[in-house]
Amino acid sequence: MRIRKMSLCVEQIRHVCTLGAFESVLAIKRAVPIVHAGPGCVAKLWTTLGSQNGHQGSGYVGGHAIPCTNASEKEVVFGGTDRLRTVITNTFDVIDGDLFVVLTGCTSDIIGDDVGEITRKFQAQGKPIVYVETGGFKGSNLIGHELVLDAIIDQYLQPQQVEPGLVNIWSSVPYQNTFWSGDIEQLNILISSLGLKPNVIFGPDSSVDAVNNIPKAQFNLVISPWVGLRTAEHLEDKFGTPFLHYPALPIGPTETSNFLRTVGEFAGIDPSVVENVIRKQEDRYFYYLERAADTLLETRLLPRRFITVADSLYALGIAKFLTNDMGLIPEKQFITDDTPTNYQSDVAAEFAKFTNDIVAETTFSNDGGFIEEEIRRLKIRSRPLILGSSWERVVARDLNAYQLSVSAPIGNEMVLSKSYVGYNGALQLVEDIYSVVLNDFM
Amino acid sequence: MSINLDRSQVIIREKRLKSIVGYQGTIKDLAEQSQSGCLKNASRGFSQATNCNSGCAQGYLSSITDAAIVNHGPIGCAGDVAGANAGFQWGQRIRGWNQRNVRVINTNMSEKAVVFGGDKILKEGILKAYERFKPKAIFVTTSCASGIIGDDIESTIKSAEAEIGIPVVPVFCEGFRSQIWASGFDAAFHALLTRIVKPAEKKRPELVNVINFVGSGRALITEIFGRLGLVPQFGTQYSSIEEISRWSEAGATISICGTLGGYMGNGLEQNFGVPYVTALQPHGISGFDDWLTKLGETVGKEKEVEEYLAEQKILAAPELEEIKFKLKGKKVVVGMGPSFAHNYIRFLEDLGMEVVWGFSWHYDAKHDHGGCPSCTVELTKKDKDIPVSVSDQQNHEVINLLSKVKPDIFIGRHPGMSVWATKMGIPAIMVSDEYSAFGYQGTIEFGHRIIDALTNNNLALNLSKRINLPYTEWWLEQDPFEFLEQNNKRTESENKKNVAVR
Repeated sequence: MRIRKMSLCVEQIRHVCTLGAFESVLAIKRAVPIVHAGPGCVAKLWTTLGSQNGHQGSGYVGGHAIPCTNASEKEVVFGGTDRLRTVITNTFDVIDGDLFVVLTGCTSDIIGDDVGEITRKFQAQGKPIVYVETGGFKGSNLIGHELVLDAIIDQYLQPQQVEPGLVNIWSSVPYQNTFWSGDIEQLNILISSLGLKPNVIFGPDSSVDAVNNIPKAQFNLVISPWVGLRTAEHLEDKFGTPFLHYPALPIGPTETSNFLRTVGEFAGIDPSVVENVIRKQEDRYFYYLERAADTLLETRLLPRRFITVADSLYALGIAKFLTNDMGLIPEKQFITDDTPTNYQSDVAAEFAKFTNDIVAETTFSNDGGFIEEEIRRLKIRSRPLILGSSWERVVARDLNAYQLSVSAPIGNEMVLSKSYVGYNGALQLVEDIYSVVLNDFM
Repeated sequence: MSINLDRSQVIIREKRLKSIVGYQGTIKDLAEQSQSGCLKNASRGFSQATNCNSGCAQGYLSSITDAAIVNHGPIGCAGDVAGANAGFQWGQRIRGWNQRNVRVINTNMSEKAVVFGGDKILKEGILKAYERFKPKAIFVTTSCASGIIGDDIESTIKSAEAEIGIPVVPVFCEGFRSQIWASGFDAAFHALLTRIVKPAEKKRPELVNVINFVGSGRALITEIFGRLGLVPQFGTQYSSIEEISRWSEAGATISICGTLGGYMGNGLEQNFGVPYVTALQPHGISGFDDWLTKLGETVGKEKEVEEYLAEQKILAAPELEEIKFKLKGKKVVVGMGPSFAHNYIRFLEDLGMEVVWGFSWHYDAKHDHGGCPSCTVELTKKDKDIPVSVSDQQNHEVINLLSKVKPDIFIGRHPGMSVWATKMGIPAIMVSDEYSAFGYQGTIEFGHRIIDALTNNNLALNLSKRINLPYTEWWLEQDPFEFLEQNNKRTESENKKNVAVR
């Protein structure tokens, strides 16, 4: 296993900067970002996280509807607080929303606008508004996602009486993970099947009420190698809510059944309830897999080995499924989410926990150009399967590999409610991978 | 103001062309104010996300075939590269090329670089780009962060250039410097004019530079120009550095878009003696006639152009009549960049439609040849005056206005705008291809596209019934330009009069 320091330069980018977290605000129904940044930030970030990522559009108040100061030279020279105050004041009149989140960009953070002071004045008037400093140089939008949640926790949430069975789920990052809304729906179904009640913060069933209810949860559930841990720790500090960290996205029967048992045990659910759910779901999964088995075993040119180029969340979830359930062999796993150094060894350790003592070699890099060079250097005997982003379509063509886009940016697919999570998601993934294979020669 | 190639940095449009992003009035008033030099930008008390010049500069340069770009900024400043790559895939596809990705490296500026300076990481980025791509030139695009902290881009570039021996060219396009994203096109062309284009060793009078974007119209233009004894050279996207270096050899330059091509065209004219054709855009019949006629006048092919146009007129007449019959009196709102907007207003009016409002995302009071934009002047020659505004993709103004004037159709050009009309149940067309409505056949095809959009509007209708707009009732009751701080602002009743009286 090899831990690699992030390269300085980045080619073929797969995530954006801290400010990209305005998309996390958009993922909460009727929550409104107010961006205090230069005129192009929203349009640029939205390209990687939205229009070129499963073709996720502006939605309720995204894209050109986002209130923005479009900071100009004047603001940079004389300060942008007056401009921001005006835009916030008028946003309350113009935009119909339940929660407002002010996010800053490089211009504001470098010149040192006191955004907190302005926001606190609106808070004092009882307005539902928080602020977060997300100047792009602070890191990735995954870090930004956690910073937005920190701001909501510290500036907005109030202590609540705990409601037994209520669970906050912190997993797929909205818009960054192309399948995030489908994933959340599937995770909610899985959690509900155990008799627990997911508190739906992001996605089609979300609401600002759910945000208000975050402190009510019996526990926080982090389903992710590292993103969201900080949020759960923060909530534990502030409201005493315990949390369960499940590092892999559950895809397929092995991982999903293990996931349900782990959650069931943590939540104190009767094991017979859990086993009942698992049996029914596995029966359904294997009904379909049995039908697919002929083709999975008897088609020409089946992939034997796979390369993953994705956020740690998907790289791990997919690698576990394809290895433990589908009998494929992991080639190098490229983890592109700019995993903070202090989490890298924990994340890498998860790639050593496969059945049959299989270990997947991990490389941490957010530089697609470097990754492409590494892929070209691999010696693979059969036609490989590359699970990556749209950027990998070129190298896949050159190497005569099968390619499926599973990670941002995905420009070559329209993604709506699709998810690879759980038992059903695994079937979807099998459908997608083997359709690529079959389409290749038909 | 003449184009000064001794500077490393382009002068932004606000200063060079007296460009604005805020105005409300009519086309005649807009032209009059800009010609008399008293046009003022109006600011807004409420604003929504627009675009920045870096997107235009970086996106445009990234499809030069053997160049690379180093974007010096935090990683988000390369967030639009996925979009540039999608465009690049399309451009390669329609040329039948083997597809590769765009060559853009971002310096991944961190907090440390912001505090201690980013010169070192910029140098590394340039060397890395050279090592990875072996390009013929490297363009360095700047960002808000690098601009504010004051990195010494030019000296870093000079030192890198001395090491690798290819042109390393700065493209100053910090987002905060200009509110007009088209300043980014100028920044890109300034880089080409200062460092890539060479004085002509021999002149090729038959050669015509055609400034465009993806260039889907290449085959048709090659055929038309061929009949006139001319050879088009398309670019500068999908051109090589060597090809661009010889743009000075051409007999003339012409552009598909006045906003895009003005700086390069006039730069070539003023500094390399290649005349720039400042005609209308070739959209719709009168635009195409003017475009080709002025080209003919510039290169001495008047007779050939006249013959060609006369022939086309006869061929297209019956279908054009049919389209005009079907579109007569249909109300349309247009929202595009200034050149496209003012050209499409003319073109749609020529089709017999009624343009009830024209949004342009910015407006240049003059172009680099010194005069008011030809497409704007042309509109003032008509009897009727058309209500227009300059609103840099200000969604609240567009939606408010659409909810009041309720047009039969909205025609836009930039991502994330036409969709809002659709959400209101209004049929919408996005003109993403610059050669839509080009020439006689293109005009007929576009006419049918409008007819089709009007024929089945079920997607928009179904959407509008089920989704809510993010605007308060209060806002939708206000004047669309309530937040525009303009001295001589028209009231809503005057707007209505404008719409009704014409």
